[in-house]
Amino acid sequence: MDKGLQSEGNKLNVQDLIERNKQKTTFGQRIEKVIPWFLLLCAIISVLTTVGILFTLLRESIGFFSNVSIIDFYTGTSWSPWSGEYGVAPLIGGTLLITLIATVVAVPLGLMSAIFLSEYANDKVRRVIKPILEVLAGIPTVVYGYFALTFVTPMFQSIIPDLGIFNALSGGFVVGIMIIPMVASLSEDAMNSVPNALREGAYGLGATKLEVVYKVVLPAALSGIVASIVLAISRAIGETMIVTIAAGATPNLTFDPTESIQTMTAFIVQAATGDTTFGSTIYYSLYAVGMTLFVFTLGMNLLAQYISRKFREEY
Amino acid sequence: MTKISEETQETRTGGLTSKPVVDRKDKQQKRESKNVMQVEDLNLWYGSNQALYEINMDVPEKRVTAIIGPSGCGKSTFIKTLNRMVEMVPIVKTSGSIKYRDQDIFNGNFKQEYLRTKVGMVFQSPNPFPKSVYDNVAYGPRVHGIKKKEVLDEIVEKSLKDAAIWDELKDRLDANAYGLSGGQQQRVCIARALAVEPDVILMDEPTSSLDPISTSKVEELVQELKKKYSIIIVTHNMQQAARISDKTAFFLNGELVEFAETDDLFQNPQDKRTEDYITGRFG
Repeated sequence: MDKGLQSEGNKLNVQDLIERNKQKTTFGQRIEKVIPWFLLLCAIISVLTTVGILFTLLRESIGFFSNVSIIDFYTGTSWSPWSGEYGVAPLIGGTLLITLIATVVAVPLGLMSAIFLSEYANDKVRRVIKPILEVLAGIPTVVYGYFALTFVTPMFQSIIPDLGIFNALSGGFVVGIMIIPMVASLSEDAMNSVPNALREGAYGLGATKLEVVYKVVLPAALSGIVASIVLAISRAIGETMIVTIAAGATPNLTFDPTESIQTMTAFIVQAATGDTTFGSTIYYSLYAVGMTLFVFTLGMNLLAQYISRKFREEY
Repeated sequence: MTKISEETQETRTGGLTSKPVVDRKDKQQKRESKNVMQVEDLNLWYGSNQALYEINMDVPEKRVTAIIGPSGCGKSTFIKTLNRMVEMVPIVKTSGSIKYRDQDIFNGNFKQEYLRTKVGMVFQSPNPFPKSVYDNVAYGPRVHGIKKKEVLDEIVEKSLKDAAIWDELKDRLDANAYGLSGGQQQRVCIARALAVEPDVILMDEPTSSLDPISTSKVEELVQELKKKYSIIIVTHNMQQAARISDKTAFFLNGELVEFAETDDLFQNPQDKRTEDYITGRFG
């Protein structure tokens, strides 16, 4: 009559079953114990790699600085390692020039795209445009390099006839294009996470769409936007293929974007692929330049973290 | 003497859908002085879902009009239609007319931004901007081109005083509004709405996220504000409606069931559904 009572009569006791199963499965228990160690190992691998790279960079750089004084390296203004001049300034200058041009291209375009996607585009448009924009980030940089060399440079040459085949302008421009998705996507995320209540508050006071965007949404999303820009700049500093292909190999301390230059990364490529003898000073200079580059990108990444923590407008 | 009799006549017929058409023009002229908004035959759809049905309602000037009803009855939708905030949802369609001081707010020439400076809004949960108290209150005037420091100072002080929070905050104008308590935040939001000197203030359940003490402060404030402003307040709390409003509208399933003087509506409801609701039989 009563089902509850019947099952009690059958002596079907769930607690007993659990107890029995627990004694049986020692394999599962062992897995439980092993898994955290395995996961820790995976995490440690990337930490170890970083430490290893840093260690190699430091050791080889120290080897280099025993041949060339560190003061000459950082204060010298001429870089021609094949004739024994190791002043890194032209390489840093080249990198900064590329970065500057890329920033000038990427920040306005990326930010405007982000504003459009987050505030103006309807769902349908956003679902089409955002993935396409993100495809830009997936194009191999070597393709960008040839795009710069064979499409952008001729295009610029039709405006600036004196422009050489290798120049900082097209290299920097295309690096800028490459980092647009980074600025756009991360800034859009930042703007999207601004609560709608803030927008409503501003609309309720009679603000227009544009006023809501630049007086409410942008300030509230500022930390995310700035962080995205700094990260993108850090990416531009480290960019290698595009500048190697399109910006030339002339260590040239100049801020004229129409000239051929060489960045730190492009030099490393040149030294690593050319007939540099192992153990020569040029070989070691590669690590000193790499170390300098590492300090730059690390600095930018730390800055990005600091900014996103410090300027977070809490909402 | 005549004025009083008109008023009572007005409130008797005000909310009911069956209005005599004959003397409408005559009535409109008389209404001008005492109705700030007039809603006529308002229907509203979210896509294919109809949310409001044939709403007719006259909002009296310088009084508190409460809107009550169970969740999902369309009261929030209705109040957001009055300043066209509801159109932030792209699939919204409306028919009928809403007049603000005899101007049709759905008319293409009537700017949304202008409407919202005249018909301000306070939201369900406090939504100050992540800025200082001062910048929050000065936001509206600044958007509308007031830049002079002395003028803004005066507006901020006056608005905070009107929102009964000046004494608490006068030494903390530079503090981020997010550091304030919920009740203070909501009064800063009220000050922010007052700063553009609107004509009508819409309040969408302004106390629903506040504690009882903050709630009573906001309620007292509403009593003060009605001397200068016409207030429409949505509330799910019938006691609150009874305490603070002059007129009450009862919404159910997107229809305006009854609209009358608050005392009449609560003591002598004309509609069976109103009676059921206020006696707690549902909702």
